[in-house]
Amino acid sequence: MSEACASAAADSVPAKPTPPAGPNYGALMKDGLWSNNPVLAQMIGLCPTLAVTGNATNGLGMGLATTAVLVLSNMLIASIRNLVSPNVRIPVFVALIASLVTLIDMSMNAWMYELYQVLGLFIALIVVNCAILGRAEAFACKNPVTAGAVDGFAMGLGFTLTLVVLGGIREILGSGTLFAGASQMFGPAFHVLEVTLIHDYKGFLMMILPPGAFFVIAFLIAGHRVIEQRAAKRAAAAQAPLPDGAHA
Amino acid sequence: MSHYLFIVIGAVLVNNVVFVRILGLCPFMGVSKKLETAVGMGLATAFVLTLGAGSSYLIDRYLLQPNDLAYLRTLSFIVVIAAIVQLTELVIQKSSPLLHQVLGIYLPLITTNCAVLGIPLLNVGMGHDLLESLLFGFGSSAGFTLALILFAGLRERLEGADVPGPFKGTAIAMITAAFMSLAFMGFAGLDRFR
Repeated sequence: MSEACASAAADSVPAKPTPPAGPNYGALMKDGLWSNNPVLAQMIGLCPTLAVTGNATNGLGMGLATTAVLVLSNMLIASIRNLVSPNVRIPVFVALIASLVTLIDMSMNAWMYELYQVLGLFIALIVVNCAILGRAEAFACKNPVTAGAVDGFAMGLGFTLTLVVLGGIREILGSGTLFAGASQMFGPAFHVLEVTLIHDYKGFLMMILPPGAFFVIAFLIAGHRVIEQRAAKRAAAAQAPLPDGAHA
Repeated sequence: MSHYLFIVIGAVLVNNVVFVRILGLCPFMGVSKKLETAVGMGLATAFVLTLGAGSSYLIDRYLLQPNDLAYLRTLSFIVVIAAIVQLTELVIQKSSPLLHQVLGIYLPLITTNCAVLGIPLLNVGMGHDLLESLLFGFGSSAGFTLALILFAGLRERLEGADVPGPFKGTAIAMITAAFMSLAFMGFAGLDRFR
């Protein structure tokens, strides 16, 4: 593994005039948001995904905090990728990520206290979110800073989206609302997001408790796979139109 | 005395790391396909988590708190844990080749287990002393091992089951985990152990 990262980093120095990821920002975005989505496709970062998504607001907050760390860490690691020797890169990366998480942790404590109290332990645990070290290893340590930032942003956005969808489904099923308390967490401007979808709903506690998280993520993963398989089938049909045309 | 028993039982059953606190899911999903590997991973985690809980407490109490460095907690804990993992690997390699054969490949993976960082941080938050920290770390890791072994047993049986296409693999594992989590929620009735 260290070999791969080292050689790629060394390769990228002469290859600088034509950075391979330059025109592919669109592909990077699609990768992070859908086809290589950190939660649904790669199954990483599961703990915060399941633990804090009792409602959509918390999911959004956690997603944004993780995105901030991911973008910053990708940029930092991409910018020092030629200075760190491959042998010590993991401890260096982890120390960098931990410092960034501490910064985010303290800023949230200062400026978003309500959200900070709800997310609690899981802000500090962004350090061990495998998505972050994973992107540092797989992408940032062999790509330039801009591409690293775009990749971090795309992956973070994919993560955030999954958390919001998961939190939204659990919140609707569990308490019949959507984005409840968003104005308290993020500021009065977010009051428009708060909706009560089902009036006089008695609530379905299990969806808000941990078992609900496992159930909903199972259906999300299965749904992601169904759509991927359909897309693959369609792509295969487009490539070989003859047998499919006979059926149609 | 019973206070300490409550801490351990509470950590194993009532607030199970995996099913109630939702920590350590990556290894829980990743290495639970076979019972044998689940046992190895569980033992390695128990070892590192207990040691990590104790040493993190010592660092926090005698190094960070007196010097007003609480903001370095996350950073120093993760460094200490990474060091413990490396050290454990070295010691086991030299002292017991057999144990190394069993635990060796799981040790590096432990650094990605968020329970290993989460439990020491929870210890600080709950104001545990050294013995309580050690017991809480041990109880939590025993809870993790229990969950992992039960889950691996179920997953082995699932191998042969006729599962609807899209649910094969991770999705059905998540459904299984959901039912187990539901079962563990039942322990919440043991109020005194919280």
